Amino acid sequence: MTTTTASSPTTVTELDALESESIFVFREVAAEFERPVILFSGGKDSIVMLHLARKAFSPAGVPFTLLHVDTGHNFPEVLAYRDAVVEQLGLRLEVARVEEYIADGRLRERTDGTRNQLQTIPLLDAINGHRFDAVFGGGRRDEERARAKERIFSLRDEFGQWDPRNQRPELWSLYNGKHRPGEHVRVFPLSNWTELDIWHYIEREQIPLPSIYYAHERDVFERDGMLLAVGPYSQPRAGETVAERTVRYRTVGDMSCTGAVASNATTAAEVVVEVAASEITERGATRADDRASEAAMEDRKREGYF
Amino acid sequence: MSTLLRLATAGSVDDGKSTLVGRLLHDCKAILADQIAHVKTVSEARGGDFDFALLTDGLRAEREQGITIDVAYRYFATDKRSFILADCPGHVQYTRNTVTGASTADVVIILVDARHGVLEQTRRHLAVAGLLRVPHVVLAVNKIDLVGYDEAGFTKIAKDVNEVADQLGIADIQAIPVSALVGDNVVDKSAETAWYDGPTLLEYLENATGRIDNSQQPLRFPVQYVIRPQTDDQYRDYRGYTGTVASGTVSVGDQVIVLPAGRRTSVAGIDRAVVTATSTAVVERPSAVAGEAVTVRLTDDLDVARGSVIVAAEASPGTRRELAATVSWLSDRPLTVGARVLIKHTTTTAQAIVTKITGALDLDTLGVIDATELALNDIGKVQLKIAAPLAADPYSSNTITGSFLLIDAHDGWTLAAGMIDDEEGELL
Repeated sequence: MTTTTASSPTTVTELDALESESIFVFREVAAEFERPVILFSGGKDSIVMLHLARKAFSPAGVPFTLLHVDTGHNFPEVLAYRDAVVEQLGLRLEVARVEEYIADGRLRERTDGTRNQLQTIPLLDAINGHRFDAVFGGGRRDEERARAKERIFSLRDEFGQWDPRNQRPELWSLYNGKHRPGEHVRVFPLSNWTELDIWHYIEREQIPLPSIYYAHERDVFERDGMLLAVGPYSQPRAGETVAERTVRYRTVGDMSCTGAVASNATTAAEVVVEVAASEITERGATRADDRASEAAMEDRKREGYF
Repeated sequence: MSTLLRLATAGSVDDGKSTLVGRLLHDCKAILADQIAHVKTVSEARGGDFDFALLTDGLRAEREQGITIDVAYRYFATDKRSFILADCPGHVQYTRNTVTGASTADVVIILVDARHGVLEQTRRHLAVAGLLRVPHVVLAVNKIDLVGYDEAGFTKIAKDVNEVADQLGIADIQAIPVSALVGDNVVDKSAETAWYDGPTLLEYLENATGRIDNSQQPLRFPVQYVIRPQTDDQYRDYRGYTGTVASGTVSVGDQVIVLPAGRRTSVAGIDRAVVTATSTAVVERPSAVAGEAVTVRLTDDLDVARGSVIVAAEASPGTRRELAATVSWLSDRPLTVGARVLIKHTTTTAQAIVTKITGALDLDTLGVIDATELALNDIGKVQLKIAAPLAADPYSSNTITGSFLLIDAHDGWTLAAGMIDDEEGELL
């Protein structure tokens, strides 16, 4: 859920409090885990996560590897952004490729052609293969009703499963990262940030984003109330008309199931105004995969999804 | 200036917590169109009216059973301030999740059904709020419409709760007659309760003072992680101690003591990060206050590591290896004397032995009774012997250096939330 009144700006003090809370979490993990990794998709939340991690350890570098689970359906602008950041900051990036799993038969393409749900197994294999024990995710509690239930430190069993009915108590800021061999902990440093906070912060810190987050011209067609780009992974069906519109992406995921929104916002400040006035949540506006059922996200998360 | 307020709800099963939260969010216009459409569809599919509880009960099992199992966090704002709301479960079985939600709250809203009055679970939640020293408690007397907006009934419940609150040392409590279902006194003042001249729930929340200000307490700075870039540039010899200021203010030039070693030194610098797309650097600042995540440099080259606590030289808490504390027991396995556990206190984790169970809180009398073990949801008093010296304060003076977790060394489960007692004696 996002805040809805444009006249309730996030003040500097609130953003500073959120920033300090996130930095605290990064430092706890660096001190208590052997092999942490940041899930980095090149989306705005993971970009803000990386920015906060850099702040937490400055002037030293980020002591974590990055991991991208690549569906093979990425926006080229996002991949280019990812690679440039890794290069510029001298980071290590691991990529788990859904495409390889499909090619050798370990995963099968879904009938609807979307691949978000296919990311779980490559993700869990990468965590096991690299023996990552803490996995930072950019999930926010305001995004979705199953995510609203997450702890900041969230234990996963040796199958990568989340048991939402039996979560560890989490008191004050005393995060408990204890886990047994084979288990790992998902860590969500942005738990208490809202979509609006993220954009206020991007504006304040002048954090560069992939260009598709801002208004641009694109050939799109409408399906289920979403604007889908015409591209290799999504083609209009009979009766769906293509038009060039001015759009931006509110979330960035698998191209086959991420929709754009009509927008003229070309700067973070303009996006802030737009998000504050929005009457639909970011996932409601842009994610076909969450519409599958009442508990689509919970089911995916139980299996080990982000 | 707008400030953030963290609130948590608590109450017994079917008191209507999730409905109240849904109503609050809805009447604050914090529910967006697609969420409303979703609740409408699901409510209709079940053949009922618009079910506000569906806005927060996010898990499949919660929706099926119509109960709340674990905390759901919601975010909303009015023109006056922003809120983080922890909607907590009511079932006794899930009290540990309510403790989780309440531990970070500035305000706890405790619901009571106007038809039933104070129940054991109400007393338990009041005890938890008192124990955690949540700054404000709201007693929402819900379903007031179902008792014909009866003033006498409301007054009686408010009086009962005030007595319990007094015994538990809860200073600030506000009773409000509400109907979550109809919306009386949640956001808008009800015409049906002309006899009530207090604030509506939202008015109260918008005006409540937030977090206890820790900046006036003596300095406590638990070290989280040591930064040594060892790069070939200007930061070659940099050695900084990262952490979040737990209380007080730290300023360049301050005389400090590093615990547990007890060495005296002074603050050489305080750094905050500045990162751009291509550069990572720090800027110096003169001081930092409670709540800020910074990096501190010291004048002398001492042995300082994670677990060290930098404290004001003139107000050092010293260290101790034995603690008397009040614990909220959160595990299905009971605590017995002699148990070996891990204690996590600020940035130190050490082995500990429970040497004594000195009593347990009796929810009926609110007195401490003798106990030989503590079971799930019990609140008890214990003594601990710890394998490492801790720089600890009483919880009443510092919620960060006064709190700890007990952890099962084998499976890592969080067994208890602990609050260190005042030196002179009882917290309860």
